[in-house]
Amino acid sequence: MGRNRWLLLPLFVSLFVGLSYAVLSLPEHPESLQKMVVDKIEVSGVSNPVTAVLLNFRGYDTLLEMVVLLLALLGVWSLGSSAVRREATPDPVLDTLARLLVPVLILVAAYLLWVGAHAPGGAFQAGSVLGATGVLLLLAGWRLRADLTALPLRLVLVAGPGAFVAMAVVTLLIQGQLLEYPPAQAGILILILETGATLSIGATLTALFLGTRPQHKENE
Amino acid sequence: MSTAFLYALVGVGLFCIGLYALIVHAHLLRKILAINVMGSGVFLVLVALANRTENLSPDPVPHAMVITGIVVAISATALALTLMLKVAMETGRAELPDEGRE
Repeated sequence: MGRNRWLLLPLFVSLFVGLSYAVLSLPEHPESLQKMVVDKIEVSGVSNPVTAVLLNFRGYDTLLEMVVLLLALLGVWSLGSSAVRREATPDPVLDTLARLLVPVLILVAAYLLWVGAHAPGGAFQAGSVLGATGVLLLLAGWRLRADLTALPLRLVLVAGPGAFVAMAVVTLLIQGQLLEYPPAQAGILILILETGATLSIGATLTALFLGTRPQHKENE
Repeated sequence: MSTAFLYALVGVGLFCIGLYALIVHAHLLRKILAINVMGSGVFLVLVALANRTENLSPDPVPHAMVITGIVVAISATALALTLMLKVAMETGRAELPDEGRE
């Protein structure tokens, strides 16, 4: 084992040198897609270039990415419940902290979602903050009410991908192109998509942290 | 050489360190962490190379790719951790069996 590690070291040094050479041999000022983005930003409906790329120019990628999130959650749920689950009562500090922070975090998520149209922010950042909120709630001992775990939870989980697919179908029928928004309404359409995506990302990340499907009591 | 390339080289270094750790460690949690370090290296390369433009604002396309990539990496990590828990519950150790080593 020890001998093998010393054999590995030169291998990784040469890998590092090779990859560094590949990176350094790239042109200093390449023909990037930035010019195209800047030229078309007027018709995208938002003024933040990253949001324009995510939700408008490459909306198809983001649609598939939402499906990836959902698939990961389905994978985790299909593995069944893990036996190790301690239900400890949270200490008062964590409990108070959660009570104080959760409203602030939700507000921050909403702000990030709104500001994404013209500054750094957007659905993924807001969704991550929502996910962190959910994790904090779970750590503080909060559980989803039993009657909400079946259909309502699933509706939230598919809100993002569902909104994307619906938007893709509608734009395909009206505009003739997948996810090609009419420039006049692009801003509001992107905001709708981002809202759904934020809710879904937040809920999915929280559910991934929980690890198992929230059980609802049947026949009781 | 601009600072963009310096950051890109740091990303390459992170990738190599992660790959090394992925190979030498048998514990699955360490392997998952190693893959995350590798992914961070790739993200750093992408973000750094996006800043090679002449004017101030960087190329937004790699940034969008990294944003989606981070969320995908989180969900893949969660799935991997659940699989690791399953392996640990079945065998009692969070390692994959390796006949060749004994």
